[in-house]
Amino acid sequence: MSASTETSPSDRAHRPPFWRDVRIIRIALQVGFLVAVGALLFWLFDNLTVNLRVLGIRRDFGFLDQPTGVPILGSDFRAQSPIRDALLVGLYNILRVAVPGILTALVIGTLVGVGRLSTNWLVRRAAGIYVEVLRNVPPLVMLIFFYIAVLQQLPAQADSITAGPFALLNVRGVYLPSIQLSAGPAPVFFGVLGLALVAAIVLGVLRTRRFDATGQPHRRVPLGVLLFLGIATLGWLALGRPLGLQLPVIEGRGVDGGYRMIPEQAAVFIALVLYTSSFIAEIVRGSIQAVAKGQTEASNALGLSGLQRLRFVVLPQALRIATPSAGNEFLNLTKNVSLGVFVAYPELLRIGRQAVGNGFPAPQLLFIVSAGYLALSLGISLFTNLANRRLQLSER
Amino acid sequence: MTTTDPATRTSEPAATPPSGGPTGMAWVRENLFPDVWNSLLTLTLGPLLAWGVYALGRFLFVTGRWEIITVNLTTLMVGRFPRDQLFRLWIAIAILAVVIGLALGVANSVARAAAVESGDDYHRPWHEPIRRFGPPVTLLIVMGVFVRTATPLLLLAAALGLAAVAYRLGRMIPIRRRGQVNLVVILGVIGAQLAITGFDGVPRSVWGGLLLTIYFTVGALLFAFPLGVAVALGRRSSLPVVRGTCMVYIEFFRGMPLVVLLFTGWLVLPFFLPPQFPTPDIVTRAMVILVLFTSAYVAEIVRGGLQGLPRGQREAAQALGLSPWKQTRLIILPQALRSVIPALVGQAISLFKDTTLVLAVGLTELLQVARIIPGQEDFRGQGLFAETLIFVSLIYWVGSYWMSRESQRLEAKLGVGER
Repeated sequence: MSASTETSPSDRAHRPPFWRDVRIIRIALQVGFLVAVGALLFWLFDNLTVNLRVLGIRRDFGFLDQPTGVPILGSDFRAQSPIRDALLVGLYNILRVAVPGILTALVIGTLVGVGRLSTNWLVRRAAGIYVEVLRNVPPLVMLIFFYIAVLQQLPAQADSITAGPFALLNVRGVYLPSIQLSAGPAPVFFGVLGLALVAAIVLGVLRTRRFDATGQPHRRVPLGVLLFLGIATLGWLALGRPLGLQLPVIEGRGVDGGYRMIPEQAAVFIALVLYTSSFIAEIVRGSIQAVAKGQTEASNALGLSGLQRLRFVVLPQALRIATPSAGNEFLNLTKNVSLGVFVAYPELLRIGRQAVGNGFPAPQLLFIVSAGYLALSLGISLFTNLANRRLQLSER
Repeated sequence: MTTTDPATRTSEPAATPPSGGPTGMAWVRENLFPDVWNSLLTLTLGPLLAWGVYALGRFLFVTGRWEIITVNLTTLMVGRFPRDQLFRLWIAIAILAVVIGLALGVANSVARAAAVESGDDYHRPWHEPIRRFGPPVTLLIVMGVFVRTATPLLLLAAALGLAAVAYRLGRMIPIRRRGQVNLVVILGVIGAQLAITGFDGVPRSVWGGLLLTIYFTVGALLFAFPLGVAVALGRRSSLPVVRGTCMVYIEFFRGMPLVVLLFTGWLVLPFFLPPQFPTPDIVTRAMVILVLFTSAYVAEIVRGGLQGLPRGQREAAQALGLSPWKQTRLIILPQALRSVIPALVGQAISLFKDTTLVLAVGLTELLQVARIIPGQEDFRGQGLFAETLIFVSLIYWVGSYWMSRESQRLEAKLGVGER
């Protein structure tokens, strides 16, 4: 259609009548479609306003400033605080599971995925069973299983299961060591860390230059890491150990110190990590297998060691193949945090649902909940697309 | 698994399969203790796995208290479905057995004909059915263990027999009549639902258990497929307005978690209908949400298939003078859909798993039954959740594992990955 941008008068004479002119038909079709969709949306919205008026439900968002009326599990949120803040806590609670969940699932998934290609029969089979069992059971079944049949059956606090001095496990939650900062020297220590990082990068640049000039092995990564760790340790000792692990300890009727995961959070975390890691394992395996066989053979011919072959030839290419699907799994994990509503984990949906139960208007609340999840989803897929674009080969 | 061993990958087909490879100690040395690193792995992982197998076996066969499943097997299958109306369910199963057998028979004869045409040797090893139907047969055996009377087993056997007869019949139907067979299948599915709900039957609001799970899976797929194809075509349209609208539709439903959508459907959907309009029941509302949600994913899959088609196909169809609608229906869609069948099966699997979420709106599907029955009077306070949840996990697992294996088989058969 764009080919005929110039219409001479003689063309005009030969134009078909308007009801057979493709350009006019296209415009008419689109206008018709727009009118139909618009009418449908208008009808729905009109019904909504009429219904709300008939039922006497408010139609604005002013209720967001009213007190929530209930406290939130596992946080110091008070019942008097407005709903606005409760919803923000819900959003934060999504990220509190999603971010560590994505990282853990990535690590486990990569290990299992590589394990499926191992030459060791036992490792291969174990990884295979892990994947086939976990990805074929609905995540909600796993979530409810871990919540009701495992975490709620744990012993009471006095009989906590302990993993050395590091972790505690009882019916009230999972307790892990946390990092403790002493107020005074901690900022100075972060300055030292920054310095160490700069020093390591400078060293890396220098080594690379030397490598370019002389061809001697640069070993920039191990040397840089060593330098960073050295400076960091010295600074840590010199400043009187400003950064320490705080271990959870049973103190009377509570647990002192450490990081507490309430059972609800732990159940969502475990179930989603297990479920998602099985999919990531399949992606990792598929991506490694998708790297052309000639690449492996070529690196063998170059005399690279097994590790070098993985590090310099296979993995960089596999990563490129895996990025879009892995991003999709991260997205799924984030969306699946909404399953937390079934075990009363206070994520966004649960908090919105609770507020609806307390008499706040459902349409507006679910609109906010939807918008929150939609924004997270679109953000992650945007990020994945950007990463993907950067990693793609720019051929010719 | 010989994929890691290049030596066994020869390009010429071997006349006889290589016999076994190393055996006994040689095999153990090669596969478990080839070097120090692998020996360490074997020695740490081995005991852990052995302990896991022992713990699971002990629970399954010694400490597990499985009488809760025996007592509640019917509830797990159908929920609160009135027990004196169960015969309707069996009629529905019989109808479905016949139409599914018929459809499979026709599909088989089509595959045979295609194989003959392309000169392939259409031959199946005798043990293939055992491998293929292993998982569902295992599930049936497990169910058989929990059944208290022989009636359900006999009725099920009768249904399978009907299916087998229909399969034979289906293979005898000439291929040019298969359009009518499709019609019969659709009528059969409708008839099966009518047999349950019609004639003063059982309304869907009291359905439950596995029945409801399967109903949602099949029903949502049947409606989501045509809707998804339509949206995918719209997404590829040359009209910007249509394309944009379809894109917003797809991105919206793919960006939202299903639970949020289900809650919205439950709490807010009635607000969007006129006040004088009767509020649809919960099953319908949940079904609408599942259909909308799934159709967005179907659309994205079909779009992939459409994009993978060479441009020349459309151009050739245009050159033949076909109308745009005929180009799409006769040339584009058949090829695009064929290439995405495995992905569509994958979507069916995730839908099957996602039906667990309808307990958000208070429906007692399979998972919800498993959550409720440990609270019954006879079992209260005994914490039998592990038993019921593991039992339903097995059902879900067999369902999706079997579907995914069938889809891999189909993928190999269609040669999708090898173009």
